[in-house]
Amino acid sequence: MTGYVAVIDYGMGNLHSVASALEHAGAPRVEVSHDPQVIAAADRVVFPGVGAIRDCMAEIRRLGCDRLLQSVLDSKRQPVLAICVGMQALMEHSEENDGVATLGFIPGRVNFFGTGLTSADGERLKVPHMGWNQVRQTRQHPMWRGIADGSRFYFVHSYWVQLQDPAIMAGSFEYGVQGCAALACDNLFAVQFHPEKSHEPGLQLLTNFLEWDGSCS
Amino acid sequence: MALARRIIPCLDVDDGRVVKGVNFVGIRDAGDPVEIARRYNEQGADEITFLDITASHEGRDTTIKTVERIAREVFIPLTVGGGVRSVADIRSLLNAGADKVSINTAAIKDPELVRSAAQRFGAQCIVVAMDVKRVSSADEDPRYELFTHGGRHPTGLEAVAWAKQMAEFGAGEILLTSMDRDGTRDGFELTITRQISDAVDIPLIASGGVGTLEHLAAGILEGGADAVLAASIFHFGEYTIPEAKSYLAGQGVEVRL
Repeated sequence: MTGYVAVIDYGMGNLHSVASALEHAGAPRVEVSHDPQVIAAADRVVFPGVGAIRDCMAEIRRLGCDRLLQSVLDSKRQPVLAICVGMQALMEHSEENDGVATLGFIPGRVNFFGTGLTSADGERLKVPHMGWNQVRQTRQHPMWRGIADGSRFYFVHSYWVQLQDPAIMAGSFEYGVQGCAALACDNLFAVQFHPEKSHEPGLQLLTNFLEWDGSCS
Repeated sequence: MALARRIIPCLDVDDGRVVKGVNFVGIRDAGDPVEIARRYNEQGADEITFLDITASHEGRDTTIKTVERIAREVFIPLTVGGGVRSVADIRSLLNAGADKVSINTAAIKDPELVRSAAQRFGAQCIVVAMDVKRVSSADEDPRYELFTHGGRHPTGLEAVAWAKQMAEFGAGEILLTSMDRDGTRDGFELTITRQISDAVDIPLIASGGVGTLEHLAAGILEGGADAVLAASIFHFGEYTIPEAKSYLAGQGVEVRL
């Protein structure tokens, strides 16, 4: 145990919020880096993401973060938390920026919410999906410990993840569609919402991440 | 299972101090934006908006430091606006820990700033703030135009068309303030709120004129706002955020309790 959490920095904006929230949740040390040695030696790894997918993918590849992440996931050793665009980047394809091939580590697609989106009872829905929505926990997982089913988390996104294999879904949200709010697969837990901006349930999720051993049960 | 409407307290900050007064019971330093932001966070505010009214250039550094301090302690979204002129200004605020940056006058001077900022940082963090006034007389169809400099300078830009253009340029959200209502406590200007909410696909924050909890409900139920922003009713301790939310919930509005 080296005693730190690595936040993968691929140059796409502010990672201080994630780092501060992890520290607030009890992380003894947080390293924001894309140095393969720093990532490899970390106890746990956070793969964040903000901004547009095309620029994100370009930087992820340019800095070799794709290979880095692949080896972390393959090792099935370090727990990994992917957030927002970080989760979207793991899928096979995104409709954003006229279509972008993403990492393809998880089978599924990233779709635009579309214009003229409406709820089940016909109410008009704005895009981006911005604000506090409820997350239905679709399976048990150590990352949900101490978080009530249906708790609200802060979302801000215009594209949503559609999994090919619903069995890896860990949480869902409803916003005109039923989208993937969280997925879990081996040592990976990925969320569409921003735990670092989701007050108590968000900080609880980060605390759970710091205590998680990386197994799904 | 539905997205909650947001309640957003707004802090006007001048050179690192909250102005217009805040009167929280038991607060140690009523002028410290970090202390106030922390208090609103504990009360259950859904976001915090920080409007920087600092005139001096040196004061901008104070703003950055204040944003950094808030972002280290407050884990809900933070929007910062006021005096944002360039992509570099936006970058430094985002790097300091702002989740969204609101652009007002600079978007009017150069609408392309909104496009380039949205492309660079993502639409989700670009808020276009628009200050509007009704320019038609009482017997005409209502027409609203954009004003700058606290409502003193007319621009001739029609409000609904401007909102649509900004959405098209990549704004992720509109912050609409009625300068006719701002500070009056007479309630939101619901006509223009509804017109813009209907005209754009992006979320709309209503601002200007809140004096009662009924006004918050009207902004959402009649104005169609996705979020409501208020300052004085919260700052002076007339209502707490939980009181506002429980009132709204009683009116059938989905809120985060």
